[in-house]
Amino acid sequence: MPRRDDLRKVLLIGAGPIVIGQACEFDYSGTQGAKALRQEGYEVVLVNSNPATIMTDPGLAHRTYVEPLDVRTLEAILERERPDAVLPTLGGQTALNLAMALHERGVLERLGVEMLGARPDSIKKAEDRALFKAAMEKIGLACPRAGVAHSLEEAWEVVKTTGFPAILRPSFTLGGTGGGIAQTEGEFAAKVEWALSQSPTREVLIEESVLGWKEYELEVMRDRKDNFIVVCSIENLDPMGVHTGDSITVAPSMTLTDREYQRLRDAARAVMTEIGVETGGANVQFSVSPHDGTVYVIEMNPRVSRSSALASKATGYPIAKIAAKLAVGYTLDELQNDITQTSAAFEPVIDYVVVKWPRFAFEKFPGADPVLGTQMKSVGEVMSIGRTFCEALQKAARSLETGKDGLSSLLGKVDYRLLAEPKKARDLGMEPAEPEPQKTLPPPSPAELEGALAKVIGVPTAERLFYVADAMRSGFSRERVHDITMIDPWFLAHIERIVLAEADIAAGKTGPADLRRYKRLGFSDRQIAALGGGCEDDVRALRKQHGVVPVYARVDTCAAEFVAHTPYLYSAYETESESGASASTKRKVVILGGGPNRIGQGIEFDYCCVHAVQALREAGFETIMVNCNPETVSTDYDTADKLYFEPLTLEDVLAICEEEKPEGVIVQFGGQTPLKLAVPLEKRGVKLLGTTADAIDRAEDRGRFDDLLQKLGLRRPASGIAQSPEEAFAIADRIGYPVLVRPSYVLGGRAMMIAYSREELAEYVHVAVEAARDAGTKTILVDEFLKDAIEVDVDCVADGRRAVIGGVMQHIEEAGVHSGDSTSVLPPYSLSPEIVMSIEEQTRMLALELGVVGLMNVQFAVKGGDVYILEVNPRASRTVPFVSKATGRPLAKIAARVMAGATLDELGAFDAMVPRHVAVKESVFPFTKFPGVDTILGPEMRSTGEVMGIASTFARAFGKSMAASGLDIRVPEPGARPRVFVSVKDEDKPVACIIARRLYALGFEILATRGTALALERARIPVETVNKVREGAPHIVDAIRGGKVSMVVNTTIGAREVKDSYSLRRQTLLMNIPYFTTIPAGLAVCDALEAVRGDAAVRVRSLQEWAGEPAS
Amino acid sequence: MRLLLADGSSIAGASFGADAEARGEVVFNTGLTGYVETLTDPSYRGQILVMTYPLQGNYGVPPGPYESDRIQVAGLVVTRHSARPSHHAAERTLGEWLRAEGVPAIEGVDTRTLTRRLREHGTMPGCLVAPGREASFEAAAARVPAIDMSRVCDLVTPREVVRYDGQGSARVLLIDTGAKESIVRSLQRRVGAVVRAPYDAPWETLLGEVDGVMLSNGPGDPADLQSLSDRLRAVLARQIPTFGICLGHQLLARAVGAKTYKLKYGHRSQNQPVMDVDTQRAYVTSQNHGYAVDDASLPSDWAPWFVNLNDRSNEGIRHRHLPLRSVQFHPEAAAGPHDTAFLFDDLARMIHEHRTTRRHEDRRAT
Repeated sequence: MPRRDDLRKVLLIGAGPIVIGQACEFDYSGTQGAKALRQEGYEVVLVNSNPATIMTDPGLAHRTYVEPLDVRTLEAILERERPDAVLPTLGGQTALNLAMALHERGVLERLGVEMLGARPDSIKKAEDRALFKAAMEKIGLACPRAGVAHSLEEAWEVVKTTGFPAILRPSFTLGGTGGGIAQTEGEFAAKVEWALSQSPTREVLIEESVLGWKEYELEVMRDRKDNFIVVCSIENLDPMGVHTGDSITVAPSMTLTDREYQRLRDAARAVMTEIGVETGGANVQFSVSPHDGTVYVIEMNPRVSRSSALASKATGYPIAKIAAKLAVGYTLDELQNDITQTSAAFEPVIDYVVVKWPRFAFEKFPGADPVLGTQMKSVGEVMSIGRTFCEALQKAARSLETGKDGLSSLLGKVDYRLLAEPKKARDLGMEPAEPEPQKTLPPPSPAELEGALAKVIGVPTAERLFYVADAMRSGFSRERVHDITMIDPWFLAHIERIVLAEADIAAGKTGPADLRRYKRLGFSDRQIAALGGGCEDDVRALRKQHGVVPVYARVDTCAAEFVAHTPYLYSAYETESESGASASTKRKVVILGGGPNRIGQGIEFDYCCVHAVQALREAGFETIMVNCNPETVSTDYDTADKLYFEPLTLEDVLAICEEEKPEGVIVQFGGQTPLKLAVPLEKRGVKLLGTTADAIDRAEDRGRFDDLLQKLGLRRPASGIAQSPEEAFAIADRIGYPVLVRPSYVLGGRAMMIAYSREELAEYVHVAVEAARDAGTKTILVDEFLKDAIEVDVDCVADGRRAVIGGVMQHIEEAGVHSGDSTSVLPPYSLSPEIVMSIEEQTRMLALELGVVGLMNVQFAVKGGDVYILEVNPRASRTVPFVSKATGRPLAKIAARVMAGATLDELGAFDAMVPRHVAVKESVFPFTKFPGVDTILGPEMRSTGEVMGIASTFARAFGKSMAASGLDIRVPEPGARPRVFVSVKDEDKPVACIIARRLYALGFEILATRGTALALERARIPVETVNKVREGAPHIVDAIRGGKVSMVVNTTIGAREVKDSYSLRRQTLLMNIPYFTTIPAGLAVCDALEAVRGDAAVRVRSLQEWAGEPAS
Repeated sequence: MRLLLADGSSIAGASFGADAEARGEVVFNTGLTGYVETLTDPSYRGQILVMTYPLQGNYGVPPGPYESDRIQVAGLVVTRHSARPSHHAAERTLGEWLRAEGVPAIEGVDTRTLTRRLREHGTMPGCLVAPGREASFEAAAARVPAIDMSRVCDLVTPREVVRYDGQGSARVLLIDTGAKESIVRSLQRRVGAVVRAPYDAPWETLLGEVDGVMLSNGPGDPADLQSLSDRLRAVLARQIPTFGICLGHQLLARAVGAKTYKLKYGHRSQNQPVMDVDTQRAYVTSQNHGYAVDDASLPSDWAPWFVNLNDRSNEGIRHRHLPLRSVQFHPEAAAGPHDTAFLFDDLARMIHEHRTTRRHEDRRAT
């Protein structure tokens, strides 16, 4: 059946901000979907609140709404656009839930909008645990014994039949939020309560444990003619019990016989038919008993998922694109596989092994439970491709950028005794986590080490596989490791091969055949050097002398059966290269990507990389993308002319440069990952495009930076450089407290903190020392902290002769909150034109003095009319996509062209007019995933994603950004008088009175702690007093728990106050109550509410309209 | 150990199979699982098989039953053999099995590059030789014996007629040119009792006692079995339900006068997309063949039934009015997806209908 002609206009719903469990894979799928629909001639309307996405680029859809993803807003967009259909299956759980809500409220029916991709009843059957289980029983497939509970009482009933350990899976949550494993009756009640609280339907499935069974996932497609294919099978290395998003996974399945695999395939097909997913992609998860092959169906997702992105990258089969086409009427047989130009109705086969390894960020969340379970905790992932499992595994390990060059040993680097110590169970505790002082013990005895290893490998954690390898290095047999970990012996046998080869390397066996063997096992040159002596360059030289160099094979969906027309490549130590590098006569540019998503480096940088590729492609260059992150648009084989799916290490990038011999390499767009390679690459003769490595160093090296500022006559806060804790104290004493302390060369404010006193500095300085050591330096920076200053971010692009300001953003939070976590407003909403002009002028001076060619970001602090420079980064910043979306000018594209030799004059780039609308960027945090973690913001970045609100006034834009970040701030209904809790530190009390008065006038009752209440009473504002937590019950947390508070404004100072208010913050988080920790944010809320008082209509407008263009 | 190819390539690797040598046509298979089923598929008799999936032997070798009672390939070429398999049912490693069966195998080969060569040049003869022996294919071919492929079916057809019980009420004659055991099992499970006859036996005498005929898969060129194709006309003349698979499909086509031709490098995989030209439904199928039926040469009372969606080659034919049909792919799967297993049910239905009408006609006649 061909394309449906009864549809003309389709609304595509995006996934919103990046959160744990929902990352840029949905930008990848949404972008593919939008492209596919456009290609088919449909008018595409797109909505997503996340500005850092490629899918929201105004050129991609006809109309692009960067608006909150909530029912009211969606309804307004549907009213305005009147599409014929909505496609919600490419935007993750968010889009699916939203579409279901629109359906259930009758909005879709009222407006005559059809839901494409999956029918509401199918979605319900797949997502509702009880319905799903019944459906599986109907088709004769087994599920683990389970029961649904809506209350603790029901839960106790269910667990009688399912037993302990009990698996808890809340309904309708993403990434398993709220889920867990209750090992004993003792933990059961608390975990059930948490799970119920996280489910939007207050429903939890309590399931029999199949911990230790093997876990598999099948990525499948089905069309309206019931044609069905499996795109990819995925096997989890971690057995059941670890969320699949947190598991190391392998494709294809490794340890299933054909008979077993076909049984899963038949089951997946039956599931698809029974659930009724008619058009598109889905996945089905199974667990298989290692003892007798018994199969259980665990769950299915009736939509494109994170694993679909992985499966697409792993096989070359573009699931989202095909799914979009199936949704509008095509059948699989009518579609073509781009890579081979054969039919899309086939099942891809691969002739390599793919490993996905999740990336975690526990270091950002002290107090978070590091044990992996049914709720996803990873913030990103890498994928690697090798000809063998060992090769792929070690490539993935070094792609992670966690300081490992492969499956390296941690013996001697970590103290396994400390790791084995039982962790305080703080999963649900309301007590804040105390930073634990680092203990140092004498080296462990063999028996101590063995005991500790036996313990640590039994608990799934981020680094468990490294511990497993160390256990084998320490003499554990495969059988013993298997008994403890339940990891399939097949995987363990391969890890053992890696460990055994290390002994050969250490013994100095480095003949040509040996080197080739090591490389085929995935050893990096750095690993070989570390084990065998010498340095990385020596090993490389030796390899090349022996002719042991990688070739590049293609990912082609067909294991070489057909000619592959797309150069999607990976390295292999085999015989013939398929890169086609010598065939090209175009000017080549290599763009290095950002590697795995983590906090501080995410989709924003991938956005910049994709823009660089697009701009250079348009300008006629051959673009060559290198990256190892399977979630991204940059690793779509469609994005660049060539894609190398490789780790971003010196060795791997150099090898690609030698293969391709590009004119230059761009390191500016991918964040810290490629930037770290700038100097090493340049030293080895690779030409970098754009700003020189020396200029980058001049901006990053504190001494040289100070000289630069002095030369330009620019100010910065007093500061000093310390090489030890003692020096840090001396500097702090000299410049005075509070001070901002941080390690040098670290992105995302890792281990950055503000110390208000010598005591606080003493408490934290070792953390900075450690973080600095991780980054390979001893240097700690100590800066004067400008209290209550306004922070400003500027992005500009320069060509060495001229600099153009891209955008000036004012932060709502005062300086001290990491710029990546703060709320930014473009244009500035309370700075004088003179200050803004001065900031712009200083930015230009810096760009020209540094000789910036490309992008530069500068952070300023404004205090009392003075402008201070906080930081200069001559590279793409996290705010580039926001600025580009807010102003309608693609900064990264201009920068890429400039780096490749064009001038700003040639490109016609001049300072933009200040936009007449206002855009607000709000950050989104993963705190619900980490019970036990304090939610207070500070200089260390902890947000995973961002949303944008755009409107004609600051107040409305701010309101939208709040709503988009998931906070429901509303003007009270007449007569409702909900309560706002206000508690502020002394110096904030005058302004707090203003805030309280305005909120009262808006219809709120005010609740305050004693001190604040007193101030409010003096200002004649009606207020009710409530106890602080330490004043005893009934206190404020009780009130919040009781649902009596609908908003909180709370500012604190000093460690004790912060600690005291911890439970308050956690409780508001639990209940998803809007919470503001700064006075400027409190004022902004008043603005936002006053703006919509008496005019609650939702106003939406597309980016194309904001930009003043007719919709394309 | 060394793999020598007719195009002059010489590829070194390590032996992990029997201490033996082999000569045969070198072909590749792209399946991700199923080496046990593939290696015992009689259609591979006399061929040196290259596996494109680099890890082979992961789950060892279970006790059986397999697709035949022995490893059929002449030799096996892989990138990496898993010497330490993991599976609850594994009895031995792939290498141990190959050694026990006297089949040579080589690992450490860049099977991707080799496959690309086979794709470009087409399948070609090759030799697996011990280290230190000949350096060129021609020299090795003069010494290492190969089987006579024009008579290869003689090696894989059973010695005598075997009868099997089945779960259906029908009885089917299986004319065996190297049938996979899964065909027998599928017939037993879905159609009925099976009378399995060597292709060169006088099976015509059995036609009176069966309700339908199955023409099996098998190795080699259908043109070498022209005498069998000629004999099949006797089956067609009786107009009893008949179904051909793979070689059986080609033989049936030739029996009705259609032509067959050699594909450049064949279809050997579990992911071949075929479409039923009537229903327009697509199926993923398991295949193993080097020859194909030329659609254009079909007589007018026959129609193409399935078509390969990749290269548009013929994947099945059916008589326009009579219960006679055949497919190029393997509905019995093993290894591969079960999507077309329903064709056995169709055969059972065809037989049932045929019997009903015949009874009806018989009644009318009396």
